[in-house]
Amino acid sequence: MSLGQFLLVAVLAVPALGALAVAAVPRDRAARVVGTVAAALTLVAALALFANRGGWSVYGPTPPAVRPWHSLDLPWVPGLDLRFHLGVDGISWPLVVLTALLTLLCCGYSLWRVPAGGSGRALVALLLVVEVGILGTFLALDLVLFFLFFEVVLLPMYAIIVGWGGDGTDAAAVEARRRAGRKFALYTLFGSVLLLVGVYVVVAAAGTADIVALTGGSQLSRHTQLAAFVLLALAFAVKSPLWPLHSWLPDAHTQAPTVGSVLLAGVLLKMGTYGLIRVAVGVAPSGARWAAPVLGVLAVAAILIGSLVCLAQTELKRLIAYSSVGHMGFVLLGIATLTATGIQAALIGNVAHGIITGLLFFLAGAIKDRTHTGELGELSGLRETAPRLSGLLAFAAIASLALPGLAGFWGEAFAVVAAVESGGPFWITLAVLAAFGGALTAAYLLRLLRRVTHGRPSRVLVGLRPGLAGAELAAWTPLVLLALAVGLAPTLVLGVAEAPVHALVEVLR
Amino acid sequence: MSTALLGALLPAVPLAAGLVGLLLPLAPRRSATDQAATTGQAAVTDQTAAIEQESVARRVAIGLGVAGAAGALALAVALLVTLDGPAEASTTWIRFGGLTVTLGVRLDGAAALVAVAVAAVALAVQVYSIGYLKRGPHDDVDVDHRYPPYAAQVSLFTAAMLLVVVSGDLIMLLVGWEVMGICSYLLIAHDRRLPEAPAAAMKAFLVTRVGDVGFLLGIALLGVSAGSFRIADVLAHDHGTTTLTAAGLLLLAGVAGKSAQFPLHTWLPDAMAGPTPISALIHAATMVAAGVYAVTRLWPLFAATPTVLAVLGVMASVTLLLGALAATAQDDIKRVLAWSTVSQIGYMTGALAVGSPPAALFHLLTHAAFKALLFLAAGAVIHAVGTTLMSRMGGLRHRMPVTFWCTVIGLGALAGVPPLSGFWSKEGVLAAAEDALLGDGPAPAWVGWLVFLTGLVGVAITAWYATRLLLRTFFGAARDPLATPHDPPVPLRWPVLLLAVPAALLGLAGFWPWFTDRLLSSAAGDPGAPRLMHVGPLVLLPLALLLLGVGLAWAGWRRDTAADPADALGPLRPVFARAFRLDDVQHALVVRPMAALGRTVRAVDERVVDGAATGTGRGARALGGGLGTLHRAALPRAAAALLAGVLLIGLATALIGATS
Repeated sequence: MSLGQFLLVAVLAVPALGALAVAAVPRDRAARVVGTVAAALTLVAALALFANRGGWSVYGPTPPAVRPWHSLDLPWVPGLDLRFHLGVDGISWPLVVLTALLTLLCCGYSLWRVPAGGSGRALVALLLVVEVGILGTFLALDLVLFFLFFEVVLLPMYAIIVGWGGDGTDAAAVEARRRAGRKFALYTLFGSVLLLVGVYVVVAAAGTADIVALTGGSQLSRHTQLAAFVLLALAFAVKSPLWPLHSWLPDAHTQAPTVGSVLLAGVLLKMGTYGLIRVAVGVAPSGARWAAPVLGVLAVAAILIGSLVCLAQTELKRLIAYSSVGHMGFVLLGIATLTATGIQAALIGNVAHGIITGLLFFLAGAIKDRTHTGELGELSGLRETAPRLSGLLAFAAIASLALPGLAGFWGEAFAVVAAVESGGPFWITLAVLAAFGGALTAAYLLRLLRRVTHGRPSRVLVGLRPGLAGAELAAWTPLVLLALAVGLAPTLVLGVAEAPVHALVEVLR
Repeated sequence: MSTALLGALLPAVPLAAGLVGLLLPLAPRRSATDQAATTGQAAVTDQTAAIEQESVARRVAIGLGVAGAAGALALAVALLVTLDGPAEASTTWIRFGGLTVTLGVRLDGAAALVAVAVAAVALAVQVYSIGYLKRGPHDDVDVDHRYPPYAAQVSLFTAAMLLVVVSGDLIMLLVGWEVMGICSYLLIAHDRRLPEAPAAAMKAFLVTRVGDVGFLLGIALLGVSAGSFRIADVLAHDHGTTTLTAAGLLLLAGVAGKSAQFPLHTWLPDAMAGPTPISALIHAATMVAAGVYAVTRLWPLFAATPTVLAVLGVMASVTLLLGALAATAQDDIKRVLAWSTVSQIGYMTGALAVGSPPAALFHLLTHAAFKALLFLAAGAVIHAVGTTLMSRMGGLRHRMPVTFWCTVIGLGALAGVPPLSGFWSKEGVLAAAEDALLGDGPAPAWVGWLVFLTGLVGVAITAWYATRLLLRTFFGAARDPLATPHDPPVPLRWPVLLLAVPAALLGLAGFWPWFTDRLLSSAAGDPGAPRLMHVGPLVLLPLALLLLGVGLAWAGWRRDTAADPADALGPLRPVFARAFRLDDVQHALVVRPMAALGRTVRAVDERVVDGAATGTGRGARALGGGLGTLHRAALPRAAAALLAGVLLIGLATALIGATS
């Protein structure tokens, strides 16, 4: 077993064993420390994947469209021809690192603060299980394995929302978070059913579940590809989420505890967009080409509708949740163009949204923890009482409105550029509308800042302690620095992605 | 040091100063209730410690801000001196598919000149702010100027503008362009005593952002067409006429937003809610200058499309007159200057429309000097009398002689009194328009006529409102007897005095070949590059109009020195004062419909889209409940149902058996 294969296993095994260890350690605080250490080790392993990546020369004269740096291919259930096939390449690696980083930050944050509702130990264990599921989804190179990991995430996330979510312990609050959790679980389960059917349509037609072999769609007839793409794209559209299949998201994000929202928005949604690029587009390119205009229209609808809803939104976390609909619309628009520019834009948009929205949810959580309200009408004058928190909120909002020079810019601007590049009145129209969506995004985020930070301090903000806790600073600083670093040096994300995206686009032609 | 390195360091130095400055500690404001509650020795020492820490932070912030601006100025001057021809250096930043984004500088004489102007104004503003944003002995407790973030944001603002100036890539230019926008947002909202400041800041960013939608799309069109966003590649590529016209018009939207041109000019007067040094910064060499500068940067593209130039010409003429007329009726001294900026930028875009980037840049430079001077002098007046309203000023000539004479120079330059700077540069614009109306330029002749005539009318109106401002503020009797105005303290005085020198003399630099060569480098390769200085019989026409404007204002004031000459406008005055109510139009046509649309979409999204999802869930549950009820039947019915089922299955089996 090479070092790379060892690392691939470690990335999944460390958090899985960590979760078990956390559950086994009886003392709450010690368990949380163990969990945080496991998350940190996972991040180290994830980063190390980059260090000794192999060449591609092993692949002969016609290289496949997916060329993992490391891969591990073991028989798993020989009777059903299931294989345990993992691999990492330039498309998945940034997301793997982002997942490991956000989980570490969430675990670290939980060392300091556990939301009311359950034990911190259980929360950290669940976070690690969620991490295993997400990382497995990004690493799987076997369709069935991909589906399995995709499903692993669902129940622990449901438990996090229902167990630690909401604010308040009165019956109405409990009922609200139960409802949100149920909606999340059932809605995405509905998507999963489609995914399962899609996976088996592909596997049955092609006779293999190996993503490397399937990418390019050469083994599938056009009709199978159309059917498979529709099924898979619908499943991923629920997860991403694509308008109009998004309505589970605002409730889930609003009710989830801070760490839950961060993981939900930061990486869970990326499973949808990643699956769309790797599985749906890769396996059924003819289907993708056929459905691209529809996807483009829905993406732009998501941008505009998400932004307009945010303009009329009155609750802090709900506003940020809805902003995800708009931002993911840009990512989906990039994918819909099916050009190298667009897919690269989608990849960096994914990572940037994870960083920035993760930060926004952390900040919104901090504000709600302090004031016990998220109503924009009750919050004002934050910059008077808590200048640091207010400054960070302003930074995150500015990053979220895709200010050039910060991470969010590349994904959104180049989704528009990719649409322009696609040419023709249809895509140009989509580009124009998406660009206007960018202006609307600025409008609602500045409205948010104006309500929350400016003006005289409101009643709930008067007695606020101005300082920030060390754990808060520790959790937020990496995200602030990354938002700046990815903005100034997009190569951090796209340097590794350029070659695999090129290879993928080659097979789309 | 190589030229390219100088160019790269130019924005980097203030950027570093700004980023470090943002990390400085900021003590939270102590509210009155807090202070009342704090009793005992510990609390007092705690508070003294906080104030002490704040003053240390303030000193560091001052040092960083001034050092950043001074460093940038030194670099810009070094660049101007050492640059002996266009220079270009770039490296790949990132590749998106087949599109290359580069990280690089593109330097020429014009860029160096503008960079010097930017850095000089920034330095003046940094120094001036030390004195201007300081809690005086008579200020109430509520005043809190939070100096460290302020100075850092000014540094970032400077860095962003310098990035626009030196950038060799359209995406990089966009970075500077938008960062400048967000810095203006932060700085306009700085003053927490003004309730209207946050709204004005938001308006400034959003109106320019709407223009930037066009700017981004224009850049995308050009970059996609050329396969690269590097300015040199974009200019060298042979774009189709349609692409060029579309991209040009889209870029104009961005230019209109940033440079406050009709119809996206509405943010600029409101931006006066920012502290006065910020107004000087935004109005003089940065932000509003960026749009004009961006057009000169991409000039060959614009020169090839008469349609775009015609649109630009109409926009410029409307803006020029609109701004000048609105300036006549304002009572707020800063708003007079703000509208005059709108109008003067109209002259610059007018010069561009008639095909003369050097004339536009020349006016940009002189305007940077005299407008910065005027704002800082106005700031000294405001600082002294505690109001921005001219109706409460008057008679300040003897109390504030330094400020008075500096304002005279600034207003003279603004109105175009020879030999002050504005006279020569405005003359350049009018001469370029004259050339164009004779048909020798890239723009249609009618555009030349339009710009020429509106420019001439503008001269008279400008002279009128400049005279009014001077008379209302410095002459006559003091209208606020309680005020004891005085010339400003040193940090406010020196920037004003030093800016008076270029405001007076910069125009004469047009006779200096070294200077004109650099300015003309913006039109390199243009056959028959236009002359910059024009001294001919036609000079008499604007001079006559100038005298007319001054004379009318003077005559009106002489009749009654206490009355406002603007009263002569009669019923037009409220119309002008509200700038033809375009703000209301914008509010009614854009802001309110958008808000209503947002509410509607939210309702539809919650009731219909989400309603369908929850409705499906509820429906499934009802269906399940119904089926459950059916199964909970009493024994006789259940037995009957069972037998019926058996019968059905048996029948089906029999049928299938019979057919097969």
